[in-house]
Amino acid sequence: MKKLKYALFTGCTAKQSTPEQMMSTLAIAEKLNIELIELTEASCCGASHLQDYDDFLSLVLNARNIAYAEKHELTMVTICNTCQLNTAMTKHRLDNDSDLKKRVNEKLEEVGLEYKGTSNVIHFLYAIIDDVGLDTIKEMVTTPLSQFNIAPFYGCHNIRPSELQNESHKTKESAYRPTSLDDLIIACGGNTVDYEEKNKCCGFHVELQAPKTASILTGNAIAGAMDGNADWMVTPCPLCHLKLDTQTHHASEAIGREVKLPVLHMQQMIGLALGCSSEELGLQHHVSKVNFI
Amino acid sequence: MSTSNITTQKVNFKVFRFNADEDYLPYYEDYNMEVTSEEVVLDILNRIKWDHDGSFSYRRSCRHGICGACAIKVNGRATLACKESMTDMVDLFGSELTIEPLSIKRAVKDMIIDKGDFWEKHDAIHPYLISDVQEHPEHEHIVTPEEADQLNEADLCIQCGACHYACPAVEVNEDFFGPAAFAKAYRFEADVRDEAHTERLQHLHEEGQGLWDCVKCFECAEVCPKDVNPIDKITKLHQMLFKEGVATSNVATRHAVGFKHSIAKHGMLDEGGLVLYSEGPGIVKHIPVALQMFRKGKIVMPWNMPKSDNLDEIQKLIKSSSTAKF
Repeated sequence: MKKLKYALFTGCTAKQSTPEQMMSTLAIAEKLNIELIELTEASCCGASHLQDYDDFLSLVLNARNIAYAEKHELTMVTICNTCQLNTAMTKHRLDNDSDLKKRVNEKLEEVGLEYKGTSNVIHFLYAIIDDVGLDTIKEMVTTPLSQFNIAPFYGCHNIRPSELQNESHKTKESAYRPTSLDDLIIACGGNTVDYEEKNKCCGFHVELQAPKTASILTGNAIAGAMDGNADWMVTPCPLCHLKLDTQTHHASEAIGREVKLPVLHMQQMIGLALGCSSEELGLQHHVSKVNFI
Repeated sequence: MSTSNITTQKVNFKVFRFNADEDYLPYYEDYNMEVTSEEVVLDILNRIKWDHDGSFSYRRSCRHGICGACAIKVNGRATLACKESMTDMVDLFGSELTIEPLSIKRAVKDMIIDKGDFWEKHDAIHPYLISDVQEHPEHEHIVTPEEADQLNEADLCIQCGACHYACPAVEVNEDFFGPAAFAKAYRFEADVRDEAHTERLQHLHEEGQGLWDCVKCFECAEVCPKDVNPIDKITKLHQMLFKEGVATSNVATRHAVGFKHSIAKHGMLDEGGLVLYSEGPGIVKHIPVALQMFRKGKIVMPWNMPKSDNLDEIQKLIKSSSTAKF
């Protein structure tokens, strides 16, 4: 299997509230012969909230992050949907507006950096599908997940706006009928659960501002997966994960029904199928207990 | 166009039927039809009415994507029936298609819904130019092409309601203005002739109904048949709140500004610090979940907070590139 190499933008969550996401990313990278150069200089992407406050500053900071990937002459891999959206959106705007790019580069020059536009920005899910390939994953599976019904939860910021998202990867994804995560579940030997909420919003971004809205959306998502007879859910986004894993009490209260399911990161699911141990994958860090291992 | 390129396909349509005057519950009727690659969804609605059941009801008028009357949902996807090609729908969803009104809970008869909430919210943001027009102006009020460019995209909205009824926040929060109303508000906020900037923005700033309740899911951008990109307008309105000095200190504004403070201090986001900064004393309500997370090793203590390398660069850029004040 050929060696792959990427610049890894971890985002903030992987270093704090979802340590298991960082652990499982590194565990499966080793299995898949992927070298990840961590961009330790990177700042927060602004998570679409800094963008509400100061658009130009958020562009400068995100362009700086990409500039570090460019310095390594590597594709930037993200492991958070919201990091992906904000970084890819910055790239799109700078690559299509030379005046804006110039203004951003004037700032970056002050710290000896330049945004060129030479590095692609891609979420790890699509990097795995595009560059490793589902067939390779299938061949490498040692512990097929065949006894599990797995509900994919895509996360908004990987699939919408689809025009922008589809610029970064070869796997073309429809926002209305996404298939990448389903395909990955099948490659890992699992059974996919089809349910209405799989491409819907988890409510994470308004957890503080509009807690009721956020909790209802979380509750609906878990309830949809449960009604689809899912044993567990899987998501490529650590923010969705936080919401679905840690907020079940509020979600249950909001929709008037007890909802709870184990929720795995996409990396943990691959790791399980490839024979990683539950400790390596950080399954002990979940609030909604992973009760099937 | 040569007719030899037209292909046909068998499709089973599962069509939502309901008459509020007669039916206790809605039901779905199956219609099997051959559809051609030349047809749009509206052609199918017409054929159901003309060939199968004359009582089938839907709104239609211009059939050119201008009037906004015929928006419905196909397999859950809001779409303008006169613009959506059947081939694209079959390519995307296969040969089993479910045809429903934009909002099932607002259905009056088949595809026809009571769009009252949409218009109420549209009306609430004062969707018109507010300006003291001089009866005898002394000079022309020239709007430059650059100024007009700011609002052109938002001006394309045809009020079809596709984004409004695709919005999950509208679905669960009846006070929320929704993406169409916001895009329309932006259209006038961005108009240099409008004199109600601050007043309208104050209205949009209010929690519960206003901009801060947008969940940032991008459903509105994805669904809009006229590429109005409502969430882009919502983001621009957020920025205006700060630029025009309308933003007041609340959990949402502190949350947005808190990112800058955190990045200036650590490069990365300090998750716990952000919640504290945003909530203030309100942080107590998060303690039960925080304790659960702490037990699972999900909370990093302030003294262990990771920092980005070359933090001095980030701090320098924040100083030199900040454009907003709060």
